[in-house]
Amino acid sequence: MPAVSKGDGMRGLAVFISDIRNCKSKEAEIKRINKELANIRSKFKGDKALDGYSKKKYVCKLLFIFLLGHDIDFGHMEAVNLLSSNKYTEKQIDSMDSVKQSAALCLLRLYKASPDLVPMGEWTARVVHLLNDQHMGVVTAAVSLITCLCKKNPDDFKTCISLAVSRLSRIVSSASTDLQDYTYYFVPAPWLSVKLLRLLQCYPPPEDAAVKGRLVECLETVLNKAQEPPKSKKVQHSNAKNAILFETISLIIHYDSEPNLLVRACNQLGQFLQHRETNLRYLALESMCTLASSEFSHEAVKTHIDTVINALKTERDVSVRQRAADLLYAMCDRSNAKQIVSEMLRYLETADYAIREEIVLKVAILAEKYAVDYSWYVDTILNLIRIAGDYVSEEVWYRVLQIVTNRDDVQGYAAKTVFEALQAPACHENMVKVGGYILGEFGNLIAGDPRSSPPVQFSLLHSKFHLCSVATRALLLSTYIKFINLFPETKATIQAVLRAGSQLRNADVELQQRAVEYLTLSSVASTDVLATVLEEMPPFPERESSILAKLKRKKGPGAGSALDDGRRDPSSNDINGGVEPTPSTVSTPSPSADLLGLRAAPPPAAPPASAGAGNLLVDVFDGPAAQPSLGPTPEEAFLSELEPPAPESPMALLADPAPAADPGPEDIGPPIPEADELLNKFVCKNNGVLFENQLLQIGVKSEFRQNLGRMYLFYGNKTSVQFQNFSPTVVHPGDLQTQLAVQTKRVAAQVDGGAQVQQVLNIECLRDFLTPPLLSVRFRYGGAPQALTLKLPVTINKFFQPTEMAAQDFFQRWKQLSLPQQEAQKIFKANHPMDAEVTKAKLLGFGSALLDNVDPNPENFVGAGIIQTKALQVGCLLRLEPNAQAQMYRLTLRTSKEPVSRHLCELLAQQF
Amino acid sequence: MQFMLLFSRQGKLRLQKWYVPLSDKEKKKITRELVQTVLARKPKMCSFLEWRDLKIVYKRYASLYFCCAIEDQDNELITLEIIHRYVELLDKYFGSVCELDIIFNFEKAYFILDEFLLGGEVQETSKKNVLKAIEQADLLQEKTETMYHSKSFIGFKKAY
Repeated sequence: MPAVSKGDGMRGLAVFISDIRNCKSKEAEIKRINKELANIRSKFKGDKALDGYSKKKYVCKLLFIFLLGHDIDFGHMEAVNLLSSNKYTEKQIDSMDSVKQSAALCLLRLYKASPDLVPMGEWTARVVHLLNDQHMGVVTAAVSLITCLCKKNPDDFKTCISLAVSRLSRIVSSASTDLQDYTYYFVPAPWLSVKLLRLLQCYPPPEDAAVKGRLVECLETVLNKAQEPPKSKKVQHSNAKNAILFETISLIIHYDSEPNLLVRACNQLGQFLQHRETNLRYLALESMCTLASSEFSHEAVKTHIDTVINALKTERDVSVRQRAADLLYAMCDRSNAKQIVSEMLRYLETADYAIREEIVLKVAILAEKYAVDYSWYVDTILNLIRIAGDYVSEEVWYRVLQIVTNRDDVQGYAAKTVFEALQAPACHENMVKVGGYILGEFGNLIAGDPRSSPPVQFSLLHSKFHLCSVATRALLLSTYIKFINLFPETKATIQAVLRAGSQLRNADVELQQRAVEYLTLSSVASTDVLATVLEEMPPFPERESSILAKLKRKKGPGAGSALDDGRRDPSSNDINGGVEPTPSTVSTPSPSADLLGLRAAPPPAAPPASAGAGNLLVDVFDGPAAQPSLGPTPEEAFLSELEPPAPESPMALLADPAPAADPGPEDIGPPIPEADELLNKFVCKNNGVLFENQLLQIGVKSEFRQNLGRMYLFYGNKTSVQFQNFSPTVVHPGDLQTQLAVQTKRVAAQVDGGAQVQQVLNIECLRDFLTPPLLSVRFRYGGAPQALTLKLPVTINKFFQPTEMAAQDFFQRWKQLSLPQQEAQKIFKANHPMDAEVTKAKLLGFGSALLDNVDPNPENFVGAGIIQTKALQVGCLLRLEPNAQAQMYRLTLRTSKEPVSRHLCELLAQQF
Repeated sequence: MQFMLLFSRQGKLRLQKWYVPLSDKEKKKITRELVQTVLARKPKMCSFLEWRDLKIVYKRYASLYFCCAIEDQDNELITLEIIHRYVELLDKYFGSVCELDIIFNFEKAYFILDEFLLGGEVQETSKKNVLKAIEQADLLQEKTETMYHSKSFIGFKKAY
């Protein structure tokens, strides 16, 4: 607001403002404003030239309207004219200055909102001239305006450089009290200084030698002052002083042409690295990162490596540690790569989950870029998988395969190392992938050693097979067929594996097809054809590391600075600049070379060189590879379209008698090892947490009535990162489709960090069933695919309806079910303390009624109920006899159906 | 500067100034997220953090957190001192400012901020000049009050 110093100063403005303030409603205010805008517009457009007073008054009214939050789309030229008018007399300078300030910043706002409204013209020179204004506030506002405008119109404002330099020079060299109210804690005009330094960073170094000399002098003065003892102990003093210092260093780095200043800047930052103020340590690490990419200061930055490593280990604030990791990455070159990589690996073990993936990417990039011998590179990547396997994305392990494939000097070492790594009892699935691929290609290089003979290699890989996801199993199947080629002695064993029902009739179409085709290929193809088809992969074409691209995506521009500019290490463009193809392979580009950026499962070895038989087989192999991406879609469409009808209808559609032809089956992995244990927790209860790990929590709430059930699954994202492609699906193994219908509602494909989504399941029991459905949860977390298979807590006893009956009836029915196959009995040791109340609660939770005064022994429990299914009802009677002395139970179940008796008996026996 | 938020230790928002156009929903989301993040930080931690593609600069004064979002090329330390200068202005105007002053005279807190920062840029760093402008605005307001004797006009309690 422009000040009104006298009662008669711009009376029209005062009246207008009071009018507005007296408006009773928003509508009235808008009406008044529109009236005023029409008035001003006509005045500005009118033929009569306005006098200075009117112009000022109307611009002030516009300003006021603008400040109230209304859009102003005219009047800016009048504001600009006012801004640089010299007509206003000295006695008005005070209020005019404040108009100039506001006008400059309003114009800035207008320009940001709509640059086209502000055409450049002769007024730009007058705006630049404001840098000479005697009022510091005006200069401050003007610098903001120019800094913004000059970015798009550098030539229009070029003259600001010399004015900015002289202004800066005057401020920097002034005594600490010269600027009176613009001195802040003994620092002269810190805001203006920072802004001027910022403005200068929009331009290259001044061309005029005199201007440049003056500027360098300024920068040196700032660096000198940093060494002087502080004039105050207040943090405001040091903050203001250091704000100027950091901006000065930014300008020095921006110019990147004064080695002397760059090294001084680096030394200054080095002092801050050990400062007691966390803020300064943080900023010093950040600034040094950019300094590291200058050829003049790179060496100077490197001298601080120990301090930075120490910061990585000891800083208590995660954001500071992150800066330290960034700086280590930026200062890395061939001389210190091993040290830095090993420190980052060590840090990775305890790093916050949020930054692990980024560290993994950085280590992978540095290890590749600065590898002198590639065995170190292979070791590093395998260490990454070992330490942080979950955070090693596809890009990283694809890259190691590319490099090993392209460099024959490391292939034997890689085979030996992965073989050893796979010996670990629990190794990460990514290790199995890398191991499977490398042994399939280069396992022959270590086959001479009896400790890693072909059968040993095969059984080692196959021991991991069953624990792996579908994608990994698909990869392993390809490894197996390659083994048949590499090691004919394994042929019989592998064919037996491929022939097994679990492969040949696998519910997953990809696995099934691979098994069928590989088995046939190994049986019908001659040794020569096999050798051609399964020849070693050709080298991959040179390309930019996709890891680098990924890191850039993660961190925005500048993140790859250590690699982007090769200028400081001109010798580095030899082996490490990328993997160069050998001349002999250039002529045979592989159609499957695009390993990076493909789906999770690398394609099976495709034959590049073999012209004849090759083409035929390419077709065979291309088919299944393309299918998984098509697979789930039709099925999902079914589910969404068929939501309202009876629960069994989607199941009927999916219950295709020939699963091999069905594009729908989900490629889900086997249930996690603890799935049975988790399921058992829910036999006698309906609500609780089904599963929990570091990423995900799955809660269950369910209710059952007769043969129907409704279940709510709650998926909680425990991280701060969004899950993508989140897809929980329910799968019916074996004959379950005909026994149990589960209709699932769709859930959103994205789950925000910290958020929980709910999925509703409608369940109908069609017949008695023995195995629970599987719940497969798949999603991408930080780019890495996650898959999890659990057993859905739906067991036959959920459809129990309790039945009350008198002792006489009970014994009559008990006797009716006296055929040996109708009874199931189990004697077992108590796993929990034998408490009668707890036992009662469990039996009730199990679903049966508890009948009192039936058993002559009051310690015993007797129950009865009916299992309700759509097709039939199964009556059940049970008797549980605890023996406290022996800590044993005897459980007897009698039902009309033999499998139900046995199954209920097994389920219940695990509860006590 | 993109926005400034003032909130209490209990997470109650006391003042918000947005210099970029955002929907109310988005503003609420940002506020909730930042209040949570900042309140979770320990006292000795550094005052800056990376957040989305912005930098957050915050400082606690007694029961109030002052939190600014600045762009990548902006200077963190000088932003800390923008916060401090604003606190000084409030303190001078209200006389030993406390959270209650801002709650009960929030419009004054906004007026002062608007004299100091305009459109997210520092307009006037001189304490004297800002306070003079506020004083004149107060004067103008009193004058219009007398001019119209309007009862519907909401008078501001003078705190000094």
